[in-house]
Amino acid sequence: MSVILVFAEHEGGEFKKTAFELLAKASSLAGELGATVTAAVLGDAPAADLGQWGATKVFQVAGDFGSYSTLNTVSGLEAAIKAAGATTVIGAASFAGRDAFPRLAYRMGAGMGTEVTELRAEGGSLIGRRPMYAGKAFADVAIKSSTGFFTVRPNSFGIGDAPGGTAEIVAVTAELGGGDVQVVETRAPATDAVDLTEAEKIVSGGRSLKSKESFDSVIRPLAAAFGATAGASRAAVDAGYAPHGDQVGQTGKVVNPELYIAMGISGAIQHLAGMRTSKVIVAVNKDPDAPIFEHATYGIVDDLFEIAPLLQKEVEALS
Amino acid sequence: MKIGVCVKSTPDTDTRIKTTGDGIDESGIKWIISPYDAFALEKAVQTAKASKGEVILFTVGGSDVQKNLRDGLAVGGDRAVHINDDALNGADSAGIATALAAALKAEGVDQVWCGKKAVDGDSQQVPSMIAEALGWPQVTQVTEFEQAGDDFTATRAIGGGLEQVVKGSGNAVFSAEVGLATPRYAKLPDIMKAKRKKIDTKTLADLGVDAGAVAPKVALQNFGPPPARPAGRILSGDREAVVKELVQLLRDEAKVL
Repeated sequence: MSVILVFAEHEGGEFKKTAFELLAKASSLAGELGATVTAAVLGDAPAADLGQWGATKVFQVAGDFGSYSTLNTVSGLEAAIKAAGATTVIGAASFAGRDAFPRLAYRMGAGMGTEVTELRAEGGSLIGRRPMYAGKAFADVAIKSSTGFFTVRPNSFGIGDAPGGTAEIVAVTAELGGGDVQVVETRAPATDAVDLTEAEKIVSGGRSLKSKESFDSVIRPLAAAFGATAGASRAAVDAGYAPHGDQVGQTGKVVNPELYIAMGISGAIQHLAGMRTSKVIVAVNKDPDAPIFEHATYGIVDDLFEIAPLLQKEVEALS
Repeated sequence: MKIGVCVKSTPDTDTRIKTTGDGIDESGIKWIISPYDAFALEKAVQTAKASKGEVILFTVGGSDVQKNLRDGLAVGGDRAVHINDDALNGADSAGIATALAAALKAEGVDQVWCGKKAVDGDSQQVPSMIAEALGWPQVTQVTEFEQAGDDFTATRAIGGGLEQVVKGSGNAVFSAEVGLATPRYAKLPDIMKAKRKKIDTKTLADLGVDAGAVAPKVALQNFGPPPARPAGRILSGDREAVVKELVQLLRDEAKVL
């Protein structure tokens, strides 16, 4: 009997959207795989709520997980996986998914597929499909070990409707607190915008912005109007218009939003690699030959400094 | 202090990738040290300089990766260990991490740096796996770093815009995020000097690693291009009308507003 375990992440007791997204996806595949769907929760969170999203059992690990620790996350999940007898472990490609999952997979001698954007059942096992070369190529990843790990790029499946159901809560204990680095400070974000890698909407600016001042006065307010997170091309970051943390591209953040608006971005292959899986792409650029237009759902060939204020006004009028 | 830096040869980020079904077409590709590894190397070189320490590069690959090792030796690496073994052809992240960890241990390094990911496979697994193999703590995706004697302070972005500052002491594995350090350009004398620096080539047997220990636990197959995007359209006409049309399309057709 195969058992899928979804790592249901939460922030201060509030489940992240990815927890529901992954549980709903696991539930939709469970029938074909003949698998049961379970979840792991680290620390205090309303675990019973996961029942309606398809978890039949929730393995809840007691302890203080409030401040992120790699080793506590690994130990907590390891205990939950063993208690569940999980054969497949699925988590979001969040910080924990990127940082702790590989360590745990290595500890358990399990194969791992990173940041898949598709999961399907084939011959009784799960196959992931994942972008490589920053999305310039895709490949299937099949697990050859008895236990397998996958992380999933947020927003890959969407949430949809809760399949319904109730979950049994199983309390799990794990040995925590040993040997990790010590957290001395956690800094809150400078803005209340969603992290780029998890954002549903992104407004990005390129070198055409010409200065940090115009980036701050054109791109950031436009992003705010859309309820979006601001991003930037490498050229804009290298020119000092935006900080490194805002960079979208092969050597920046790889993003997967519903809506990506590229303002004055030409669409260098480096940049496209970081945002090409966006569901809807809007490009505004003066140059009709800019490569970004080949990827745009909607394009406007015009000066971004003319379009941005009009667009901002129009979107603000919606709300 | 001995700092081990793991580097990987990857296609230049401007490369167009052509898939062949079971991999990619490597003809005509320009190979570089993966950019995140270059950030890690620069930080390691700065850290070693402050403590009069040594920077040792580690890589896995065939003889063709030695060019990139020389590139690394030209920007501050003191010497290099090249793990070259046919058993590692087609190895997965766990196999590579096992081999690297064995070599890092054999050299007695105090600290390990990697890029947060290599820009070819994008798996982002090896740094955490090396840490587990060595039994050392890890700090991945580091954006700021300082070493003072045996103690280090590192900053990592943990998602949701949050930044965590952590402290530790002694052995640890770190991975570099963009922004950690700006790699230097190699000057001609450094390039000449790098040609004389030592590269030790090791097989798995030299490292005491059994070939079975690096057998892949995942299989990558059915390589293909990214899914095609539906054709887009250019909106044209009066500026204000175009913007109105765009917002309407985003709301009613694309349903993203």
